[in-house]
Amino acid sequence: MRTGTRIWATAVWTLVGFFIVNLLGMIASVVVNSLGTRWFATWLPAGYTTRWYLLAWNEFHLPDILIVTVEAVGAVVLLSGLIGVPAAYAMARRDFPGKRAAMLLFLLPLLVPPITYGIPLATVLYQAHLAGTIWGVILANLVPTVPFVVLIMIPFVEQIDPRVEAAARVFGARMGRLFLQILVPLLLPGILAALLLVLVRTVAMFELTFLTAGPTSQTLVVALYYAVFAAGVRPGQSIDAMAVVYMVTTLVWLLIALRFVNPTQIVTRSKR
Amino acid sequence: MHRASLRLRLRQRGLDSVTLLVLPCVLFVLALFVYPFLYGLFLSFTPKDGGAFANYITFFADPYLYDTIGTTLLIAIPATLLNVVLSIPVAMRVRLMRRQRLLTTILVIPITLGTVLIAEGLLTYLGPRGWVNRVLVDFGITDSPIRLIHNYWGVMLSLVISGFPFTFLLTLSYVTGIDPSLERAGAILGARARERFWRIVLPLLAPGLAVTLALAFVQAFSVFPSAVLLGAPAGPTRVISIAAYQAAFEQYDYSMASAIAMIMAATQVVIVVALLAARGLVFRGPASSGKG
Repeated sequence: MRTGTRIWATAVWTLVGFFIVNLLGMIASVVVNSLGTRWFATWLPAGYTTRWYLLAWNEFHLPDILIVTVEAVGAVVLLSGLIGVPAAYAMARRDFPGKRAAMLLFLLPLLVPPITYGIPLATVLYQAHLAGTIWGVILANLVPTVPFVVLIMIPFVEQIDPRVEAAARVFGARMGRLFLQILVPLLLPGILAALLLVLVRTVAMFELTFLTAGPTSQTLVVALYYAVFAAGVRPGQSIDAMAVVYMVTTLVWLLIALRFVNPTQIVTRSKR
Repeated sequence: MHRASLRLRLRQRGLDSVTLLVLPCVLFVLALFVYPFLYGLFLSFTPKDGGAFANYITFFADPYLYDTIGTTLLIAIPATLLNVVLSIPVAMRVRLMRRQRLLTTILVIPITLGTVLIAEGLLTYLGPRGWVNRVLVDFGITDSPIRLIHNYWGVMLSLVISGFPFTFLLTLSYVTGIDPSLERAGAILGARARERFWRIVLPLLAPGLAVTLALAFVQAFSVFPSAVLLGAPAGPTRVISIAAYQAAFEQYDYSMASAIAMIMAATQVVIVVALLAARGLVFRGPASSGKG
């Protein structure tokens, strides 16, 4: 009986270990390749250099791409907070007819995969002459992030004592003041967590950006896709250099986000 | 006077200025999610030429198009099943750990990096000169490097790398939601570990597993970047999203592209409804309370 349990445990940990080794191997091979001079039939490259980063920086117009990425992601984070947080407040505090329908409406964009609704969405945005511009990218990316903020924020609002708001109202605070001086400070940890998760997800959001971006509105992940797609045009090491830039951008924000949220929250979306 | 009473009546039903705060959000989702979807549905019935159903008839008459459903299912179903089946024992074990944080942090990395980076990483890692083939050849497991990229296996492995952490974290949240005292009670009554799993844990886990399966399947079914970059997009991994993309952005036939997107959505809905219906057959009643 005991040995049975032990064999089972060993098998599970071997499996987990195998997965992690391969995951780290995959990441490490990108990093090593981006720093290697030539790497053929050996375990490690012949020598090391940083020139692929310089090449990627110039060849792939990385400065432009990084600016677009910062602009698009910044706008998405800001707007999803502005639209999502008040909506979450209303959803948490009021019981109104159609609330269940509204909840379902917010769940759908999170459950339907982006590529499925991205194609009709891109069609509509092209007709509105928004696709191909950074505004198209921002609007498309807001579709999953706004409901995401609502669902994350509802439990945060619920844990604030409604008497705090009642007291503020008694002392004559109106809606705007109540929000800015009472609710936002109390909700700050939740808002920070929600917006950081939005940030991480938007940096990595490929499908929606890919379907709506034009040549001048590509974010880092879409530019990386095109670089890999056209592999052979440029040295593989410079593509990997770009991949490292992308990885660092994403993982730095992930590390910051993980100071405020539990890793499982990135997957399970709502409840704490 | 009349206005005040209307206001009061509305307030009693929960409609006041606070409720209005939900309005921008609802309008936004209606405008950019519901409307495009309905528009796409409408567009799919107004083809470039032919009757209302011409797009759908074309799709199901042309093997180059309808085969994409089978191709996608052939990748998505095994990947989903593998990920979920592996997640259960791992989640059962990790649940007992006190410090799960390091493991969950490592596993959240591939989800965060996304499929494009995983595709690029695996191209190097699994390629003919990558470390995997290095190990296989140097340790004499195979004579020459085996082909793991630009075919079915490349896409499959990318779906495991990105999908397993997702199903695992989801399963873990369901497993930790099961009250441990139920299992302890089973143990006191003499149930062995195997019996406790099959007769206590699994039935309680079934509803959560159905949701996990549904979400994981929908994700795997909409595989796109890795099927293009890591697979053979002209043949064995020509998945349905590639067909939709080509119709929209290579042939500029938005009507056909919408039709394919609708077929994609319909296939996902059919499988998800089937899974959730199966959940109803397996188990009814409150399950993992609270979490998940």
